[in-house]
Amino acid sequence: MERKTKIHAEDGKQEILITREFDLPVELLFKAYTEPEIVEQWMGTKVLKLENKKHGSYQFVTTDPKGNKHGFNGVIHEFTPNEKITRTFEMENSPFAVQLEFLEFEKLTDDCSKLTMHVVYKSGALRDQMLQLPFAQGINMAHNRLQEIVYKIKNSL
Amino acid sequence: MNLRRDVFQAIADPTRRAILLLLASQSMTAGAIAANFDTARPTVSKHLQILTECQLLEQAQSGREISYHINAKKMKEVAEFIEPFRNMWDDRFNKLETIMKKYQSAPVRKGSSKK
Repeated sequence: MERKTKIHAEDGKQEILITREFDLPVELLFKAYTEPEIVEQWMGTKVLKLENKKHGSYQFVTTDPKGNKHGFNGVIHEFTPNEKITRTFEMENSPFAVQLEFLEFEKLTDDCSKLTMHVVYKSGALRDQMLQLPFAQGINMAHNRLQEIVYKIKNSL
Repeated sequence: MNLRRDVFQAIADPTRRAILLLLASQSMTAGAIAANFDTARPTVSKHLQILTECQLLEQAQSGREISYHINAKKMKEVAEFIEPFRNMWDDRFNKLETIMKKYQSAPVRKGSSKK
């Protein structure tokens, strides 16, 4: 079953495409983006504000394991239920420039849907930096992860 | 002569990935690297050789031994570099799917939301 999340990031471009198919009706997939309680669960964030309408805005805050708070916010430019959300996304107190996100929700069958997330960054360099962020964060945990991997390798020999 | 493909083959191997991870934060001698694995030392040496040939690792003389460190520039060229980013989204979307499947079978009544 090919249900994996795909990232398409062409060399030298300042945009990426994230696609994913879900075993969910498109209405439910869309709901996961609009109901604050649900957004909080899967994004692992606290929703301070979420106005699902054109010219509306949203504000999230996450707390990292060290207890530091990180704010995110953006403005909604387009909002078409079960079809489309166009919005900006900005990390507060970070050197990263705001990004533009085009979210498209597509019905595949009654029980299957597809999400296409088209993200545009200020520059190609910034895009690459954002793509590498989880990798860089991973290096901090590399030691723990390494022990886990080595343990797995040992067991598979 | 497809160097790029070689790089992908190099990181397809779990032991080689573990070596890269080990060297992510420090440079190490071959002996110190091998000490982290149950694998025979010549096998680890072979992995180091492959990683060096693909330019993912660089060598430096350190006393009588050779130490290895990651070639960050080369690593950036590897698509696998964005794998943690993909994983992050995959985890989120898996969570979304699980939550919405539960929601589908037992919808939360309107107005019962807690703040």
